[in-house]
Amino acid sequence: MNLNAVWTIYVFEMRRFFRTITQSLVSPVLSTSLYFVVFGAAIGSRIQEVEGVSYGAFIVPGLIMLSVMTQATSNASFGIYFPKFIGTIYELLSAPISFLEVVMGYVGAAATKALFIGIIILITAFFFVDIQIAHPFAMMAFLVLTCISFSLLGFIIGIWADNFEKLQLIPLLVITPLVFLGGSFYSITMLPPVWQTITLFNPVVYLISGFRWSFFGAADVGIGISLFAIALFTGACMAIIWWIFRTGWRIRQ
Amino acid sequence: MSAIVSVKNLRKSYAGGFEALKSVSLDIEDGEILALLGPNGAGKTTLISTICGITVPTSGSITVGGFDTQTQFRAARSLIGLVPQEINLEPFETVMNSVSFSRGLFGKPRNDAYIEDVLKQLSLHDKKDNKIMTLSGGMKRRVLIAKALSHEPRVLFLDEPTAGVDVELRKDMWEVVAGLKASGVTIILTTHYIEEAEAIADRVGVINKGEILLVQDKADLMAQMGQKQLKIELAEATATIPDMLAGYDLERAGDGMSLTYSYDTKGERTGITTLLNDLQKAGLQMKDIQTQQSSLEDIFVGLVKETS
Repeated sequence: MNLNAVWTIYVFEMRRFFRTITQSLVSPVLSTSLYFVVFGAAIGSRIQEVEGVSYGAFIVPGLIMLSVMTQATSNASFGIYFPKFIGTIYELLSAPISFLEVVMGYVGAAATKALFIGIIILITAFFFVDIQIAHPFAMMAFLVLTCISFSLLGFIIGIWADNFEKLQLIPLLVITPLVFLGGSFYSITMLPPVWQTITLFNPVVYLISGFRWSFFGAADVGIGISLFAIALFTGACMAIIWWIFRTGWRIRQ
Repeated sequence: MSAIVSVKNLRKSYAGGFEALKSVSLDIEDGEILALLGPNGAGKTTLISTICGITVPTSGSITVGGFDTQTQFRAARSLIGLVPQEINLEPFETVMNSVSFSRGLFGKPRNDAYIEDVLKQLSLHDKKDNKIMTLSGGMKRRVLIAKALSHEPRVLFLDEPTAGVDVELRKDMWEVVAGLKASGVTIILTTHYIEEAEAIADRVGVINKGEILLVQDKADLMAQMGQKQLKIELAEATATIPDMLAGYDLERAGDGMSLTYSYDTKGERTGITTLLNDLQKAGLQMKDIQTQQSSLEDIFVGLVKETS
């Protein structure tokens, strides 16, 4: 295992994050604050409690997940797409490193960035609403797992994309709707029965539900099912990445 | 000398059927400078990319330092430094960070003193904290070389290192290459500039249409294939070549003012003395004579023409 290479890629990627620190951190904090003002304070004040929790607090886990998923995906996809775009990928391909090490470096960095943003949003939330975290360790575990799994997904998108449009396409057309429809801002029990069933096909539901359980001790779906769903998703992404490197798809002809 | 890079029956075809390399076999000796000459699209870059691991061979085998590039890729690639043809660099990074990144990828611990030495050799040291986007084209090319040298490779591939580079920088690079050779690094360079191969290579390989046409010691090659021409300018034009000179296979210029005689410098007899005597006997008055040696360029053009 070439750990030096993993660390080198990780540090290089993290430096990009810190170079654009204002953009990286200010924008999620600002947009989250706006969500709290609009949904938490303005609209939330007219909504009763959801599952025994004030609406402002109820949306915190969903908001964190929304940002973490989109940030992890876009960071990881950009991270590996950029070297392809500017041609520096030749260095990765000619270095004595395995695909596992490349993935660990890029996905590790993207997941770390997403984790930073998730924690910053959580801290911001404390300024707006009164929240308690029922299972802090489970909360961190869910957060970390989500960061990693969506960074893996982003990595796949970055390898697949051969132009900037495609790079934006999946996050915009797939992830954002899935997250919004996955119960970020509502409990799926609030939906009509037919839609409740349909929603169960949305993998994001399980992630948000599990994450919300770690805050409030209550969830739309069982915690075991949530864990299984995130494990399945992570496993699927890993399998696809393994296949990509084994066949050299879109990177090594 | 033993081969540090050994390529055997290497074939590379792309989806769509294009065959970039057709059963290429090549041994590169430890410590030599090999220049690969070939026109655009000859397969030079494909050959280098396949040895370095950027493309996967369709069939055949490659060893570097005795390690198979497929099954023992870590050991094989650790020995190789690659300077690509295109200037591919992360624009927002500093020179120092970018070069250190390359070293790290090869698994070596950070060593700022060594990297600074490399930068000094390449006259890049005063730019080490500059962002790459602020550098000139020539400077960027030096950064690429610094990156390739960052992990102390034993084999260095330079893919057209001096394309689009001014004369001064080209000379600088030749010096760097000579210095590397002196320190025992094997160097393979592809080039369009034949004078470059003539100036610095120990051996010359010619590749065209995915096939290696020849690999030979540069001096031998030039001696073997090197023909000299003797151009004789005449005081008065001659309408025909006199019969008594028919055996010399002379070429008459269009205006009849000069005759050209080709001869082999390595031959037992060049035939110059008898020719000059016979010219006088035939009554032709000489005004001036000059000789010309065929360059590597002539040899190269001749070879490539034959195959196309």
